[in-house]
Amino acid sequence: MKLELRGITKRFGALVANDHINLTVEPGEIHCLLGENGAGKSTLMNVLYGLYTADEGEVLLDGEVQHFRGPGDAMAAGIGMVHQHFMLIPVFTVAENVMLGNETTLSGGRLDIQAAREKVRAIADRFGFHVDPDALIEDLPVGVQQRVEIIKALSRDAKVLIFDEPTAVLTPQETDEFMGIMRQLRDEGAAIVFITHKLREVREVADRITVVRRGAVVGEATADQPDSELAAMMVGRAVELTVHKDEPRYAETSLEVSGLEVTNAQGAVVVDDVSFTVRGGEILVIAGVQGNGQTELTEALVGLEHASAGSVRLAGKELVGRSVNQVLDAGVGFIPEDRSTDGLVGEFTVAENLMLDRRQGPPFVRAGMLQLGARDDFARNAVEEFDIRTQGITEPVARLSGGNQQKVVVARELSRELRLLVAAQPTRGVDVGSIEFIHKRIVATRDAGVPVVVISTELDEAVALGDRILVMYRGRVVGIVPADTPRDVLGLMMAGIAPEGSAAA
Amino acid sequence: MSDTQTSAEHRRVADDSDRWREALHRIVSGSWAVSLGAIVLAVLGGSIMIIVTDPGVQQASAYFFSRPSDTFAAIGSSVGGAYYALFRGAVWDFGADSFAGAIRPLTQSLTMATPLIMAGLGVAVGFRAGLFNIGGRGQMLVAAAAGGWIGFAVDMPWPLHMLVAVLAGMVAGAVWAGIAGVLKAYTGAHEVITTIMLNYVGFYLVSYLLATPGLLQAPGSSNPKTPHMLTSAIMPDLLGRRYNLHLGFIFALLAVAYVWWLLNRSSTGFAFRAVGENPAAAKVAGIDVPRTTVSVMLVAGALVGLAGVTQVLGTVTTGFSYDIDAGIGFDAITVALLGGSRPIGVMFAAILFGAFKAGGSVMQAAEGVPIEIVQVVQALIVLFIAAPPLVRAVFRLPQPGKRPKRGKRAARRQEVAA
Repeated sequence: MKLELRGITKRFGALVANDHINLTVEPGEIHCLLGENGAGKSTLMNVLYGLYTADEGEVLLDGEVQHFRGPGDAMAAGIGMVHQHFMLIPVFTVAENVMLGNETTLSGGRLDIQAAREKVRAIADRFGFHVDPDALIEDLPVGVQQRVEIIKALSRDAKVLIFDEPTAVLTPQETDEFMGIMRQLRDEGAAIVFITHKLREVREVADRITVVRRGAVVGEATADQPDSELAAMMVGRAVELTVHKDEPRYAETSLEVSGLEVTNAQGAVVVDDVSFTVRGGEILVIAGVQGNGQTELTEALVGLEHASAGSVRLAGKELVGRSVNQVLDAGVGFIPEDRSTDGLVGEFTVAENLMLDRRQGPPFVRAGMLQLGARDDFARNAVEEFDIRTQGITEPVARLSGGNQQKVVVARELSRELRLLVAAQPTRGVDVGSIEFIHKRIVATRDAGVPVVVISTELDEAVALGDRILVMYRGRVVGIVPADTPRDVLGLMMAGIAPEGSAAA
Repeated sequence: MSDTQTSAEHRRVADDSDRWREALHRIVSGSWAVSLGAIVLAVLGGSIMIIVTDPGVQQASAYFFSRPSDTFAAIGSSVGGAYYALFRGAVWDFGADSFAGAIRPLTQSLTMATPLIMAGLGVAVGFRAGLFNIGGRGQMLVAAAAGGWIGFAVDMPWPLHMLVAVLAGMVAGAVWAGIAGVLKAYTGAHEVITTIMLNYVGFYLVSYLLATPGLLQAPGSSNPKTPHMLTSAIMPDLLGRRYNLHLGFIFALLAVAYVWWLLNRSSTGFAFRAVGENPAAAKVAGIDVPRTTVSVMLVAGALVGLAGVTQVLGTVTTGFSYDIDAGIGFDAITVALLGGSRPIGVMFAAILFGAFKAGGSVMQAAEGVPIEIVQVVQALIVLFIAAPPLVRAVFRLPQPGKRPKRGKRAARRQEVAA
C-alpha cells in the first residue's frame, strides 16, 4: 500500500508542529524520518495514526483520501504503529496482547484464544521470531516485547508500519536483529516509516531519507551521505559530532566505589557488588542497555537510594548513609536521568530552578530569606553563559524546549564548586546543538580535575565522551575497558558477555 | 528483567500520583479570570434558583402566555430584591439613618470573614505544597477547646492571657494536623482520608470534654457548653461596642502577610512549593520531603487553629459548644480554591464569603429567600472553579495552550473560526 501525506499542518496554539509536510512512502521501501527531538516527527505520525486531527492537509492510502477519527480507523485501514514505549499489558500473555482490541469470540462470548495463538505462531514462523504465544509479556526481554508489538500490527494486516524510535531500548545486537526484521518486512512489500535521530541506523537501512526540522521538511537525503551532512541538515548548521578532549591530567580527588549493592522494594538485588574508581580529571562512562541497574547505581551514589552494602568514598570521605543534602554539600553535582521528573520543577521559573538545590545558605538564602537580587543576577549570568534560550528568567521552565531545560540543569550543577560530577543521560532528548554544548561543558569539568561519572545508554556517546567505559548488565559490572575498545566488543558486553582478558572488576 | 518490571510498576504508581497532582494543581491554581467567571456563573445559577422558588414568579408564570410582562416583572423583583437585600446585609445598609449604622453590615462581613481568612490560608498552604487538608473542622475544634480552656479556666492579665490562649489554640491545631502529616510522611497514608477521620476523632473528643464536668463543661450546667470567656482573654472590639469586628481581624491580616512572606520570600516556603509542584525533583534537590510534609501540616494546622481560637475569643465569647466550627473548616477549602491558593486571593475570597454569610440572613429576613441559596452559590463557585475549561469556554477566555491536549482544542476552535 502506498502512503501519501499531503500538506499536513498541525498547530498547537502558536506553535506550528507540522508545517505543510509532504511525504510519500512506497510499498517495499524503508523511509527514514530523520530529525531532532521536537522536530515534529512524532506529531506527524500521530496525525497519520489518527491520534491528532490535522489542521490542514490530507492522508492518502493508495491514492484515496482517508479520514481517521482515531487509531481504530487507522488500524482498520492497514496502518500499524510500534510506539517507543510499548503498549502491552505486562500480565497478559503474548496471544492475549495480540488479540486485545480485536478479539474474536466463540459462542457465549468466550474469547477465541486458540485462534490468537495460531495467528501468533503463523506470523512468528513467517519471520523466524521465536515467540511463545503463552508467555507472559513481563517475562520477556525488551527485544522480544518489541517483536510482539510487530506481530500485533501484522496480525491486523498492516501494510504500512510506523516505528517510532524503536531502537532506544535495544542492545546493539538487538538493534542489528531489528534492522534485519525491518528489511524482511520491506521485502514482503510493507511500506515502512522509521523514525529516528540516530544517523548510524539511518545509513544502515534507509531506502529514502526525509529530514525534518522545526516542523518542516528540509530536504531528502541518501544513505550514502556522510554523517556530518545529515547532522547539518537536521540541525540547520554545521555541528561537530566528535568530542575534542586532551589526554586526561589526573588530579588528587577521586571517587572510590566498592562492593556497592542496592536492593529494590521487592527485595531483588538491582546493583550487585559494583566496584570502580574514578580519578580526578577523567570521565568514566557507565554504559549498558537501559534498565540494567544504572539508574539505581546513580541514585545510590547521590544518596537517593539506600545502599544495602558497600561504600562510596569521595576523596576518602564516606558518602553512603548520608542524606541527599549532605551529599550535595560534599560537592557532588548531579544531573538526573529524567530532567522533567527529577531535575526541574516545571511550574517554577528558570531562576527558581537554578537555585533548586542551593537553598541552604549564601548566596541565595540568608537567615531563611530568599535573596532574590542575588538569585536573579546569577540566573541572568547563567542564561548568558550556558546559552539558555528563554524569554526571560521568570519564564516557567516547562515552556522551554528539552535542550534548554537540560541546560538549566547543567548550569545549576556546574555553577557550583564541584568535587564530583554524576551525569545520568545528560543528552537524552536533547537537540544536537545542545548535545555539543553539554559535552563540552562536561569535558571542561573533567579538565578542571573533577572526577566525572557519565551514565549513557548510547554507545556513540559513551565512546565519544569516556576515558574509560564500564559496562553494566543485570546489575553487575561486566568489565571496565578503555574507550577505544571496538564497538562489537562493547555490544557483546552490553549483552552480558565479558571480553577475554578483561578483569571484571 | 525483574528491574525493568519494577521500574514499569514504579512508573505506573508515579503516573497515578502525577495525575492526582496535576488535577489538584489545575484546580487550586486557577487564574483570576476563571475565579471571577466562576463567581458570575454561580450568581447566575443562584438567580435561577431564586426565580424558581419565588412564589410571585410562580403565580405570574401561570398566566405567562396572556401577560408575559408580569412574569418578567416578578423575576426582576425577586432577583433584584434578593441581591439588593444581600448587598444591604453585607456591605451598606441604605435604610440606616447614620453613617455608623449604614457601615455596620460591612463590619459584620469582615467579622464573618476573619476565621475564613485564617482557615482559608491554612488550606491554601497545604494546597501549595500538594496536600489536601480536609481536616479543618477537627483542627478548629481542638484549637477552640485548647484556647477556650485557657480562656476561661486560667487567670492571667490582659493581653498575656489572650496571647497565651491564642498560642495554645494554634499549637493544638498544629498538632492535630501534624498527626495527619506524620502519617502521610512516614506511612504514606493519604491525608484526605486521615484528616477526614481526624475530624470525627476531634469532634467526639471535644463533645466528650464538653459533656464532662470539670473539663470543658460550665460548672452547674448540664448543657455541653463551656463557661463564658474571662475578659482578660477576649479579643477586644476594634471599632467599639457597636460593632462585632474584633482584634481577630488584625490577626487575620497579619496571617495573610506572614503566609505571603512564607510562600514567596522564605526558603522554607520555597521548599514547600517545590514539594507541592514536583516532589521527585524536590527530593533530588536534597529537600527532605517527609519532613517538609510534616512542616506544611503543622503550619496549616496552626492557621486553621487560629481560626478556631478566634471564634471562641472573638466572635462567640459567651462560651462555646461543639458546633463552634460553624462549617468554617469546610468553607475554608472553597475559599482557598476561589483564592487560587494565593494569600491575597484567599483574603478577598474570604471577604466575599463573609459577605455572603452576613448578607444571606438579611436576604432571608427581608425577602424570604432561603439562606440555602447562598450555600448553593458557594457550591456552584467551587464547581465552576474545578472546571476551568468550562468557564473559559463560556466567557471566551483563551485556553492555555501549553500542553498539546488543550492546545488541540484551541486549534480546533481556530479552525472553526477560520
